[in-house]
Amino acid sequence: MAEIGLSLADWLIVAVYFAFVLGIGYYLKRFTKGENDFFLAGRKNSSWVAGLAFLSANLGALEILGMTGNTFKYGMFVAHFYWIGAIPAMLFLGIYMMPFYYSSKIKSVPGYLKVRFDEKTRVLNAIAFGIMTVLVSGINLYAMALVLHTFFGWSWHASMWISAITVAAYVSLSGLLSAIFTEIIQFFLIWFGLFLVSILGIIEVGGINQVFARVDHSFSTLWSTAGDATQNGMMVTWGGIVLGLGFVLSFGYWTTDFLVVQRAFSAKNLRSARMTPIIASFFKMALPFIVILAGLIALVLAHDAHSGFKLLTGADGQINYDSALPLLIKRYYPAGLVGLGVTALLAGFMAGQAGNISAFNTVWTYDIYKSVINKNASDAHLLKVGRIATIVGVALSVGTAYWAMSFPSIMDYMQAIFSWVNAPLFATMLLGMFIWWITPNGAFWGLVTGMLSSFLMYLGVKFAWFNQSIITMSNVQSDMAANFWRAWWAWLICFTVTIVVSIFTKKKPKEELVGFVKGLTPENYDKEIKFYKRPEFFAIISLIVFIILNIYFW
Amino acid sequence: MKPIWYFVGLILLITGVIIVGCGIYGLFNPPEVKKILSDLHPELWWGGLMIIVGSIYVWRNKNVKI
Repeated sequence: MAEIGLSLADWLIVAVYFAFVLGIGYYLKRFTKGENDFFLAGRKNSSWVAGLAFLSANLGALEILGMTGNTFKYGMFVAHFYWIGAIPAMLFLGIYMMPFYYSSKIKSVPGYLKVRFDEKTRVLNAIAFGIMTVLVSGINLYAMALVLHTFFGWSWHASMWISAITVAAYVSLSGLLSAIFTEIIQFFLIWFGLFLVSILGIIEVGGINQVFARVDHSFSTLWSTAGDATQNGMMVTWGGIVLGLGFVLSFGYWTTDFLVVQRAFSAKNLRSARMTPIIASFFKMALPFIVILAGLIALVLAHDAHSGFKLLTGADGQINYDSALPLLIKRYYPAGLVGLGVTALLAGFMAGQAGNISAFNTVWTYDIYKSVINKNASDAHLLKVGRIATIVGVALSVGTAYWAMSFPSIMDYMQAIFSWVNAPLFATMLLGMFIWWITPNGAFWGLVTGMLSSFLMYLGVKFAWFNQSIITMSNVQSDMAANFWRAWWAWLICFTVTIVVSIFTKKKPKEELVGFVKGLTPENYDKEIKFYKRPEFFAIISLIVFIILNIYFW
Repeated sequence: MKPIWYFVGLILLITGVIIVGCGIYGLFNPPEVKKILSDLHPELWWGGLMIIVGSIYVWRNKNVKI
């Protein structure tokens, strides 16, 4: 394909974006006076700011490109990632888990493991999270350079270094505060930059009904083909979707991944913190109107011989599904709008990287440095360590990106990393928050066996030590199904081991667990406010919208 | 400190002005290769929408400090 050329106006828009994020970092530095400002954005954000940042931390450009491409490949089934794969978990976090997280005044998710269990469980999770975060950040950097090089002809090295240095500059200046500001700018740029693709696509195809009418039935439904793995493109049944994606992977990510939960910690009070994921849930449900619609429009156009639309194919003849969205931008956007579309993608990549780095610097500083290396560090010293950790984190990300350049199959491994770290952690958190007699040793060994089992299951399938059907309980081979089911088994193993070890090991006294465990903690929050302002009220509305969407697209 | 909404308004406003400016230039100097649906001039109404939304955010937050 001919690269998508940028006009002077397009470059100007890209330059405005860079000037903005660097300017915001510099402007916010004067308000970043202590460690609380740097790591928790001063804990003064409204629920709207924290909520949009919560969503945006997850809304990377890689996800948007990948999910649009996946819709081309699998159809409406991809909406499961946005609906059942997110909404119940986000509401559960807001209603049930946030009171324990927020009220315990911890600064990170591993910090909760310390107060609820012990130091070794905290450090184990902090190390796993730190490694995961730097790897994910580096892979995102590599993916960004790949996209910019493939579609826009930009230099690999320049793309990686310019974005990495920009992120390092503004995050080291003002920490989470600038990360949150740029995430919210990214949110608006993505909607303004990419939603127009869906609008123009619908106009070209002849209406939204035509979009659904012109794709195969199995591509326009959510659940009606989920009873039989051979009847849907994703080759997964409802069991894998509900247990693997909807329960373990989704809850594991949205309720325990510090990258997103950190945004809720920055809220000004408990109600705002509880509202954070609930507000985000409404926007999460709306995202398929960019991603799924664009994917289906690309599919309709690709099947229309007169449209001239065709996805890219690689040298090996494989279809490049990620090319769907850039090709639609190229098809519809004139000069000026191309700059907006590119900036939306750039903002998605860079804000995602900044999110990872700001989570990394917090976990490193509090859960590894202060916890293990220098227990008596002063606030000013921790602030300095956080800034250095930001630069080091970005440098490690660049190193990972170059590693990925010379070893592209690392991308395959990254697909699975969330189920190694997050799926078992969700079992630990769930048991820790809701059952008082779960012990520190139970949590630690549950986490170790859960993470190891997920890793071994991944290697076992990858190198054919055993058949995938043992994990998926189905004869239909599918990487997606294997991911879902592996997460489920890792969660179950962690859950079971934690309970069994807890039965035989020393329990913490109940009085030490007040504030950290349901049943031992007074639940008198938000009782004084009117019912229609309570988080529960908004959560019920969100749940109703979620149910309606699932039934409508059944 | 200025609220984030002020900066959101500012970037939407500036970007919208550039896009609309580009669209007006294109009206008088049409590009050689036309995009699909270019007759709808999306750059004009979409850029215009960005200017309106951006202006509202800037105007509502110009004197706000948090």
